[in-house]
Amino acid sequence: MELTATTTIRKPVPEVYAFWRHLENLPTFMAHLEEVRTTGDRTSHWVAGGPFGQNVEWDAEIVVETPDEKIVWRSIADADVPNTGTIRFMPAPDGVSTEVHVVLVYDIPGGVVGKAIAKYFGEEPHQQLDDDLRRLKQVVETGEVVRSDGAPWGKRARKEFPQRPAQPLSDSELVKGADE
Amino acid sequence: MRANTWAGRNKVEVRDVPDPKILNKRDAIVRITSTAICGSDLHLVDGYVPTMQEGDVLGHEFMGEVVEVGPGVDPDRLRIGDRVVVPFPIACGACGACAAELYSCCENSNPNAGIAERMFGHPVAGLFGYSHLTGGFAGGQAQYARVPFADVGPLKIESDLTDEQVLFLSDILPTGYMGAEMCDIQSSDVVAVWGAGPVGQFAMDSARVLGAAKVIAIDKEPYRLQMAEQAGHTPVNFEEVDVRSRLLELTGGRGPDKCIDAVGLEATHGSAHIAAYDRLKQAVRLETDRPHALRQAILSCRSGGVVSVIGVYGGLLDKFPAGAWMNRSLTLRTGQCHVQRYMKPLLGRIERGELDPTRIITHRLPLDEAARGFELFKNKQDNCEKVVLKP
Ligand SMILES: NC(=O)c1ccc[n+]([C@@H]2O[C@H](COP(=O)([O-])OP(=O)(O)OC[C@H]3O[C@@H](n4cnc5c(N)ncnc54)[C@H](O)[C@@H]3O)[C@@H](O)[C@H]2O)c1
Ligand SMILES: [Zn+2]
Ligand SMILES: [Zn+2]
Repeated sequence: MELTATTTIRKPVPEVYAFWRHLENLPTFMAHLEEVRTTGDRTSHWVAGGPFGQNVEWDAEIVVETPDEKIVWRSIADADVPNTGTIRFMPAPDGVSTEVHVVLVYDIPGGVVGKAIAKYFGEEPHQQLDDDLRRLKQVVETGEVVRSDGAPWGKRARKEFPQRPAQPLSDSELVKGADE
Repeated sequence: MRANTWAGRNKVEVRDVPDPKILNKRDAIVRITSTAICGSDLHLVDGYVPTMQEGDVLGHEFMGEVVEVGPGVDPDRLRIGDRVVVPFPIACGACGACAAELYSCCENSNPNAGIAERMFGHPVAGLFGYSHLTGGFAGGQAQYARVPFADVGPLKIESDLTDEQVLFLSDILPTGYMGAEMCDIQSSDVVAVWGAGPVGQFAMDSARVLGAAKVIAIDKEPYRLQMAEQAGHTPVNFEEVDVRSRLLELTGGRGPDKCIDAVGLEATHGSAHIAAYDRLKQAVRLETDRPHALRQAILSCRSGGVVSVIGVYGGLLDKFPAGAWMNRSLTLRTGQCHVQRYMKPLLGRIERGELDPTRIITHRLPLDEAARGFELFKNKQDNCEKVVLKP
């Protein structure tokens, strides 16, 4: 499965590049990621929320790194879902912004696991990556993921509708949401 | 706290809801001192805007006192104790749209941008109390509200102007003004405004302030037309006269140079069978908007003129007079108001006495009587033009 998405961020290329290259930042805006930990110069350990409420973990390495232009990474060893990613950074025509182009390729296994993964991504898997990039833009441009009363949990706000009402949260909802 | 909520189509209900809390670092909590009911609220309550949910707190025109600020709010911009008017579009101040002062198209303030994008092609900003399509933000017909990006939008009021003098800077005064500004008014222009509701009245006043030679008010409610006439505008009652002929008469056969639609998607029509056609199509959702005022504005406008649309449209409409628009070189301009762009300059105009926003207020009610306020405003009872609610 190949997903592509693109966005424009009103910050210079070096700043956007540096934000992404610091891979620990990815879980702040990518919905499925719980954690990314740097383990070496080019290697990292990734933890994602899996289809059965169970985490999926794998190691990855950066295979191409061209500062202010491009990063390519791929999972290594025996990842359950082998995957690769490419991100390209290009100055936008306005002279101040950066265009970000992302391609993710998942090698989805057959059988029950594959089906569960497909289901997890939903009918419109590219929507998730679009939303991830929207949040990347929010974080880089404004400092964090924006929350509303209807969608109070930032990146955890899944695309389901209806949401909770546009009404302030009670203390117990707030506490419950915070530990999830 | 007490808050006015959407309780299903055609029903609002003031109930107890939790107090708002800081959710983002740049949020502020505002204790609301004055709030209002808008024509846009009627579209929401009447069920013409999708993605409303039972329990949604309504209201997007409000002001008050800052009682709490998040750790990320720039203290040079906003502090506890400040008296502020809050603009209805939520805008981050940092994205491309905000940099271009297109605040109601802010690219970062709508957590449900994906849904808005599916409907509109590209997303729109978050708005207070205005469905989940525009973010699912609780509104300001309440005792308190959470205001995101509080160091960007809210306008501090440091003079001793009353709430009623500045409250409408939150929406309808800038909206009416933008409607007139989009017309590029020249001193020889006759400007016709469809709708003598609050937005229309302010569009008329703004057209006058921007130098129009004559301003025409079109509506069917005699008391609203009278209000416009008292402010110096020329009334046309579309239930009593044929609008096109009357406009030709008033402009020496040229047609108005500039036309403003301040009616939006629930327009009514003088001609019963046309009204019934659109009403039915709207009811079965073949068409979501009833565009009588817009059609008439396009057909009436002189060739080469501008049709400026500030009445709200939500979806699809039928029988759009594309031929008239194209063949007669008309310019169509529109938008949810970029309120932040106009607040300071319009505050100046209020201070200098060039605009008097209080002239449209007919009703002042406690927040708990919001349902009655909606009834009065929607059904044009008791000569209702604008309701201010006091929490
Ligand atoms: N663009 C924005 O940012 C913005 C902001 C606020 C409000 N609005 C919109 O502006 C519109 C007006 O708001 P309002 O508060 O004045 O509402 P309102 O309902 O009080 O006013 C609408 C007026 O239009 C009249 N009308 C109905 N059909 C007509 C027709 N065919 N020709 C002429 N007049 C007709 C009604 O009698 C009424 O007086 C609404 O659509 C509202 O959603 C837009
Ligand atoms: Zn309004
Ligand atoms: Zn913005």
